[in-house]
Amino acid sequence: MDAILFYCLAALTLVSAVLVVAQRHPIGSALALIATLSALSGIFGLLGSPFIAVLQLVVYAGAIMVLFLFVLMLVNVRREEERSGTGRRLRWTALGVCALFVAQVGAVLTRLELAPSATPFAAGPRDVARLLFRPEYLYAFEATSVLILAALVGAIALARKEP
Amino acid sequence: MMPEFWQQLAISAALIAAIVGTLLGLFSFMTWVERRLLAFMQFRLGPNRAGPLGLFQPIADGIKLFFKEELIPAQANRWAFLGAPVVAMTTALASIAVLPYGPPITLPQVTWLPKWLAWLSGRTIPLQIADLDVGVLYLFAVASLGVYGIVLAGWGANNKYALMGGLRSSAQLFSYELALGLSWVGVILLAGSLRIPDIVASQASGRWGVLPGLLSWNCFVQFPAFVVYLLAATAEVNRIPFDVAEAEAELVAGFHTEYGSMKFALIQMAEYVNMITVSVLATNLFLGGWFAPLSVLQRVLGIDVGLLWFVAKVAGLLFCFIWLRGTLPRVRYDQLMRFGWLVLIPVAVVWILITAAAVVLLGAG
Repeated sequence: MDAILFYCLAALTLVSAVLVVAQRHPIGSALALIATLSALSGIFGLLGSPFIAVLQLVVYAGAIMVLFLFVLMLVNVRREEERSGTGRRLRWTALGVCALFVAQVGAVLTRLELAPSATPFAAGPRDVARLLFRPEYLYAFEATSVLILAALVGAIALARKEP
Repeated sequence: MMPEFWQQLAISAALIAAIVGTLLGLFSFMTWVERRLLAFMQFRLGPNRAGPLGLFQPIADGIKLFFKEELIPAQANRWAFLGAPVVAMTTALASIAVLPYGPPITLPQVTWLPKWLAWLSGRTIPLQIADLDVGVLYLFAVASLGVYGIVLAGWGANNKYALMGGLRSSAQLFSYELALGLSWVGVILLAGSLRIPDIVASQASGRWGVLPGLLSWNCFVQFPAFVVYLLAATAEVNRIPFDVAEAEAELVAGFHTEYGSMKFALIQMAEYVNMITVSVLATNLFLGGWFAPLSVLQRVLGIDVGLLWFVAKVAGLLFCFIWLRGTLPRVRYDQLMRFGWLVLIPVAVVWILITAAAVVLLGAG
């Protein structure tokens, strides 16, 4: 049962991930990315950590992608037109990047042990909180949140029109 | 004897069928209740022709919507336009999965059941489809996905009023989602758990050994959070006074301007199901779930009537939603956003700090 669900979700993840780059319309890409993130969350759920699965939905699919879509709609982007002229060079670059990617994935897959770990990581809300608020991570965690806050304030200050 | 897995599956399937069926029935009943109540508040009669007291009006409406012509605007993005009601309905129905709808029910011990059903006798069944450890967070996640239905509907129709409505309501939804989520934090802190049944159970006993049954409900202990929740939830389900998404005076009908026939019915249905969901959630988180206000009233003639208390609380909240609609005018859009960001969220945050301090100093009670 778990295996069937896993393969369905994995297929959904891969197909929608390909769709993200294959779409001509930016909003189509954003929607496909939402599908990818939701399917990933399902895989987290199958791995026995509903907390991580729900966080994935809340943070990525729920918050970040809504903002993406919101901005895309606000500026009313159109379908991307086929570009002419730069075709040849673009194609070779794409092939090169593709080869690099395949090599990377191959390297990882051959080195990695594919057997699932025997003891699943307990990732309930309490476990995650204990991990994050341990002294060795606490400062990094707090520093990151301050950094994000500063970036947020900076973005607003930059985007604000002068009165 | 059925193996345990199939027993669970059978129970879950029966629960899903029962709860979804009840909710959809309740949806059509609610449209009638709302129209009648609004009419009474405005000294009218409301729909009273079809069937006794007009009770068959929803059926007539349903038949009418089924036979309407299917219209898709020529300039619309077909996929987004058709997908939006599906997304809205799916997220609305997904969120009902983790809510408990009453105390666990214990089936009576009987001997006359056929052999393959014998495992049912004396079995305790929780009135909840999925008892997730992170139930409250799951609801938050699904609610944040619900925005897509509105965004897609507003954008896909390729109509400037629909787009304006869609943009407005998505901005409104994710602003008020924050306040909504923050209003739960105090409750979660007191219960020490994200499981909804645990939160209900935490309101059962007197807190800190002094507060009697009724007063240990979160709507008293967590009064500011309760008020924030009610306001944010009203905005979250797009009800008057916060229904600027529709704002028919300025935006025709907002994000669903171009929708007709069953697609419109689906959007409508999603909104009503969401309204029922937030009422059920408020009952669970703030109004003591299925517990009676006084513990002597929990059992009548030796029977646990928790389910009735639960239904009564939900019905009271739903009535309040309709009452609000009959009473208040719509707020302006800028007022709405300012209120959400500058009043609701700060109040919720300060209240979280107070609650956290109290939990540290006094214990969770």
